[in-house]
Amino acid sequence: MAVLDILIYPDPRLKQTSSSVSNFDAPLRDFIADLEETMLAHPGCVGLAAPQAGRFERIVVLDVSGKPQVPNNGRLTLINPEIVHADGSAVGREGCLSVPDYTGNVARAEKIALKAFDSHGRERLYRMEGFEARAALHELDHLDGLLFLDRLVSRRNALFRRKNQGRSSAAKTGPS
Amino acid sequence: MKNWFMLTLVGKDRPGIVAKVSAALYRGGANLGEASMTRLGGNFAVMLMTQYEGPPEALEKIVAPVAGGLALRLHIDPIEGELHRHVEPNVRVSVYGADRAGIVAEVTGALAEAGLNILDLESDVGGSSLRPIYIMHIEGHAEGGADAVKRILEALAKEKNIEVQIAPIDTLLG
Repeated sequence: MAVLDILIYPDPRLKQTSSSVSNFDAPLRDFIADLEETMLAHPGCVGLAAPQAGRFERIVVLDVSGKPQVPNNGRLTLINPEIVHADGSAVGREGCLSVPDYTGNVARAEKIALKAFDSHGRERLYRMEGFEARAALHELDHLDGLLFLDRLVSRRNALFRRKNQGRSSAAKTGPS
Repeated sequence: MKNWFMLTLVGKDRPGIVAKVSAALYRGGANLGEASMTRLGGNFAVMLMTQYEGPPEALEKIVAPVAGGLALRLHIDPIEGELHRHVEPNVRVSVYGADRAGIVAEVTGALAEAGLNILDLESDVGGSSLRPIYIMHIEGHAEGGADAVKRILEALAKEKNIEVQIAPIDTLLG
């Protein structure tokens, strides 16, 4: 187990697309353990994507269970994740270990359904909403070389955005 | 030793202000930091952190000709500030209502009472000229978070007939 170094933008490697995982073996699980340890080593960090640690494969670890009153699926490993459904849109604040000392507002889907493999190659389906959905979409973006900086919206867009508004436009977020 | 200055420039809005001012500063050897610039009531207002090796008089010599040419009033203050001193907001407040004198004083008075430090405020007057409306967005940091702010501000909103929304800013770190 080890805490991995985090790539910091403007490192150009953060802008590259990561490739799919094909071998669900012990070395993969060792890396995932390191990725989780790295996430836990940064207070407040709720997710990390493999490319942030310099491994350009479609692997994400996610855990928003430490946030009070946030619906969640617990600690997750998402391999080769795919968004199968996205609904609604909400603006929220995001920061990133790979972009220190800056945060910004980003519009993300409010509810998603996501298909991914676990570390043993079993396919899973997760339903996520709110903060957890935001975290997953933020991390999935990393797999396609996208940072939250690519999705910033103005503060002026944030006026009175209530939870039940904007449902009609099934916003397409995340990779396709 | 490079020092930081806060430059403020204000004048009638026209195309090219930012381009001409920033080009003059770049040619003069200055480096730009954080900035806020916006059009307010037909004027353009610039607040610009500028790093420059030299006294304020020398910096003024660089900017004054271009500011004069654009009919901008220029003000230069040496500041102690630095980059990378962001404070993360944890509360967002949005306000709107029929425009009248006193909205900002009442709302920000309540926010100060609730212990909120304003980090960013922008406001606008919209609606028709006969029935203008006032719209304001504030981001700030309050030790007690959004709940304390909510209690105080919602009472005020009811009393003063303005619409307010207070939301926590729960910044995701990923």
